[in-house]
Amino acid sequence: MTMASEHPRANLQPLTLHIPEPKFRPGDAVDFAEVDVPPAGEARRPDTADKASDFIDLAYTLVRVLDDDGNAVGPWDPKLSPDVMRRMLRSMALLRAFDERMFRAQRQGKTSFYMKALGEEAVAVAAAYALDYEDMCFPSYRQQGLLIARGWSLVDMMNQIYSNTADRLGGKQLPIMYSVKEAGFFSISGNLTTQYPQAVGWAMASAAKGDTRIAATWCGEGSTAEGDFHSALTFATVYRAPVIFNIVNNQWAISSFSGFAGAEATTFAARAVGYGIAGLRVDGNDALAVYAATEWAAERARTNQGPTLIEHFTYRAEGHSTSDDPGQYRSEGEPNAWPLGDPIKRLKDHLIAIGEWDDDRHAAQDKELAEQVKAAQKEAEKNGILGHGLHQPLESLFDGVFEELPWHLKEQRQQMLDEESASGRPWDIKA
Amino acid sequence: MSDVTATRGSDATEAAEAASSSHADTEPTTRMNMIQAINSAMDIMMERDPDVIVMGEDVGYFGGVFRATAGLQAKHGKTRVFDTPITECGIIGVAVGMGAYGLRPVPEIQFADYIYPALDQLVSEAARLRYRSAGEFTSPITVRSPFGGGIFGGQTHSQSPEGLFTHMSGIKTVIPSTPYDAKGLLIAAIEDNDPTLFFEPKRIYNGPFDGYWDRPSQNWSKHPAGAVPTGYYKIELGKAKIVRAGEALTILAYGTMVHVCTAVVAEAGIDAEIIDLRTLVPLDIETIEASVKKTGRCMIVHEATRTSGFGAELSAIVQERCFYHLEAPIERVTGFDTPYPHSLEWAYFPGPVRIGEALKKIMKDA
Ligand SMILES: Cc1ncc(C[n+]2csc(CCOP(=O)(O)OP(=O)(O)O)c2C)c(N)n1
Ligand SMILES: [Mg+2]
Repeated sequence: MTMASEHPRANLQPLTLHIPEPKFRPGDAVDFAEVDVPPAGEARRPDTADKASDFIDLAYTLVRVLDDDGNAVGPWDPKLSPDVMRRMLRSMALLRAFDERMFRAQRQGKTSFYMKALGEEAVAVAAAYALDYEDMCFPSYRQQGLLIARGWSLVDMMNQIYSNTADRLGGKQLPIMYSVKEAGFFSISGNLTTQYPQAVGWAMASAAKGDTRIAATWCGEGSTAEGDFHSALTFATVYRAPVIFNIVNNQWAISSFSGFAGAEATTFAARAVGYGIAGLRVDGNDALAVYAATEWAAERARTNQGPTLIEHFTYRAEGHSTSDDPGQYRSEGEPNAWPLGDPIKRLKDHLIAIGEWDDDRHAAQDKELAEQVKAAQKEAEKNGILGHGLHQPLESLFDGVFEELPWHLKEQRQQMLDEESASGRPWDIKA
Repeated sequence: MSDVTATRGSDATEAAEAASSSHADTEPTTRMNMIQAINSAMDIMMERDPDVIVMGEDVGYFGGVFRATAGLQAKHGKTRVFDTPITECGIIGVAVGMGAYGLRPVPEIQFADYIYPALDQLVSEAARLRYRSAGEFTSPITVRSPFGGGIFGGQTHSQSPEGLFTHMSGIKTVIPSTPYDAKGLLIAAIEDNDPTLFFEPKRIYNGPFDGYWDRPSQNWSKHPAGAVPTGYYKIELGKAKIVRAGEALTILAYGTMVHVCTAVVAEAGIDAEIIDLRTLVPLDIETIEASVKKTGRCMIVHEATRTSGFGAELSAIVQERCFYHLEAPIERVTGFDTPYPHSLEWAYFPGPVRIGEALKKIMKDA
C-alpha cells in the first residue's frame, strides 16, 4: 500500500493549527466588553422536576440575581432573610481576612505554601449555606470557604497550614490541603480532579443505602480537561447520582487562560448537555445566584432527579498560589476590570439597599474579623510554625501508610530513629 | 571540555567523557544552571529540526512553572511551543499521535507526581508502538518532568517515580545531575527514536545540593559542570559517568543523590568510586561491573522509595555479575516506604546521615 502521491493533493488548501490566545497580556489595556453579561433576573427557573433536556439554554446564559443597583431580581432570587445574608457576607469577609493573613504568613517564611480564593469567595461560601451541613463536599484546593462558612475552627486550619504539633494531619500534607470529615469536607488531593469521580461514588453509595445525604464537588475550569472529570459525568448520568458538580471558571489555570480548557468554543456548563445532565451557568460573583443554583440542584438531587453541573463564572483576582506571579502572563488591569465585580461588595450593596446594613457596620465587621484572624494566628503559632522546632514526633512519619505497620516499615522507622540519635540532628530547618 | 567533573577528575573520567560526548573541545561555553541548560537543549533542537515541538501545561507564553521553556514560544512560534489543556493522558496521547505523523514531540509533565494519569498512554502506547506495529509506527517522544523532593513540596510535588517506568519495557529513562549533562543528554533523548522519560531533579535546578539542608545553598556558577557549551553536543544515552574514581567501594547514584554522595564521601575521607548512572534504561552495565569488580563493594543510593525501587534492580544485577568479587553485602540507601511527608521532609530524605551510616556498615571489615 502506498500513500497518495503529493500531486493530487497539491490543489487542496493547507491546514492550519489553531492555538488559543487570551485577549490581554501584560501591559495591555483591558476591556471586557466582549464578555456577555445578560441582565440580572433574565434567566428562567425551571421546575426541579423538569427534564435536563428541557432547559439546555440555561447552560449558555448566566443566572444572575443581584443587579447593578444592588437589587435582588427575577425568578432565581432565593428570598433569603437579611439575617442569613448577613451571615453569608460575614463568612465571605472572614474568608478574605483569613486568606490575607495566611498569604502574608507564607511571605514571612512561616509556611511553605498558600492559595487564596480572592474574588471568588461567593462560590464556596454561598454553596455551603445552600447545602445541608450533613451533605458531603469534595472540594479542590480553593474551597476553604466551605470550612469557614461551616464554622470550622480557624486555629485548626492554621495548624494545618503550619504543619505544627496540633496539625490534625500530622504535618503530612501540603498547607491548605485540609481534611475535615467532621465538617463534611473530604481530604483535598494535590492531583487535579480526582475528587470528581469520588464525589459520584459517595453519592451513589448514599443512594444505594437509601440515605438522604447528597454530595457536591468542585474543580477549576482548567481541571475539566482531566479524564477524571469526564469519567465522573458518565457515571453520574448513568446512575443518576445525587451529586452537584461545580466548575469554578475563574478564567485562569495558573498561566493558561480558559481557552486552553475549551472556552473559545462553548461554555463549561455546556459540558452537561452532552452527558444529558442538568446544566446551569451562574454569575459566580453573585452570592444569591450561587445560593439559588445550589439550592435548586440540591433539590433535584434529593428528589432523585440526578446530577446537576453548575459553572460559576468568576475571576481569580490573585496569583495562582504563593509560588506564582501573574504579572508574567496576564494584564494587571484584569482583576479590576472584571465585569461581574467583587462578590463581597455586591452582597454588601444589596444589604445596604434594603436597609439591612451600612458602611459603618461593614467597616467595624472587617476590623473585628481581622482581629479574630489575628488572635487565631497567635493561638496557632503557639503550636509552632513550619520548620521552627515544634513539629510532630519523628516516628509519626510512618503512621498511616497502612492501618498496621508491616515489618519493613517497622525496620525503617527504627533506622530513622537510630539516624537521629547517631547524628543528634533535629530534623527541621533552622529559624 | 576538560573540567566538567563534579569532583576530582581522573583520566578514566575524562576519557569516558570524551568518548561519550560528541562536541569539540574548542566549543565556547557559558555559565548555565540546569534550567537554562535544558532550555538551551530544546532551543537548539528546535533550530536544527523543524519536527521538534514542545508542549505542556503552562510551557507556552509563560515559559513553564520552572521557566524551562522560557522564550521558546517567542522564538519558535506558537504552533511549535504551546500550552495544553490540563490532561496528562491527553498530553502524552497527543504526543504519541504527533510522533506517528512524524514529529518529534517534547511534552512536559509539570511535576512527575502528575504523570500517573498518563500511565496508560506511556506504558501501553508509547512504549509498545514500535513492537506491536513491527516498526511501522514509533514514538520518538521525550517526556520531560521535574521530579524528586527537598523543596517542601509535600506528597504531590516531591515523588521519584522512575522505578515505575524502568519496569516497563520499551521506554528509556534518563536522569541528569548537572547542567552540562542535562543539555547533552536531553539532546540525545530528543534525537533518539524511542520514547524517553527525562526526569529533572528539581532540587538541583539552581545548584548542586549536598544534602545538608541547613547549610547555605550552592548555585551552579562555581561548579565545573555549570560551564555548558553554547552550541550542539550530545551525551550518548546508556553511558554512566565516573564522577569520582576510587578503590574502596563503588557508589551507584543518579540525580540529586550524586551530589549528596560526593559530599558525604569527601567528609568521611573514603576513597569511593562514585558512578552517576545518568541513564537507568539502558543501563551502562560495563562501567558498573568493572567498578564493582575493582572495589569489591557496592552501595546504591536513590531518593525514591525502597521496595521495588530501581535500587532493587541494581542490587540484583550487581549480585548476578559480581558475586564472587563482593567483600560485603550490597547496601541500599533510599527514601523510606512512605508517601513523601511535608514537615518531616528531612527525616525522610536519604541524606548524609543515612548514607554515612551505610558507609560505616559496608566498610566495617575493610
Ligand atoms: C494532575 C495534575 N496536573 C497538574 C497539576 C498542576 N496544577 C496545579 S493547579 C493547576 C491549574 C488548575 O487550574 P484550574 O483548574 O482552573 O483551577 P484554579 O487554580 O483556577 O482554581 C495545575 C496545572 C496538578 N496539581 N495535578
Ligand atoms: Mg481556574
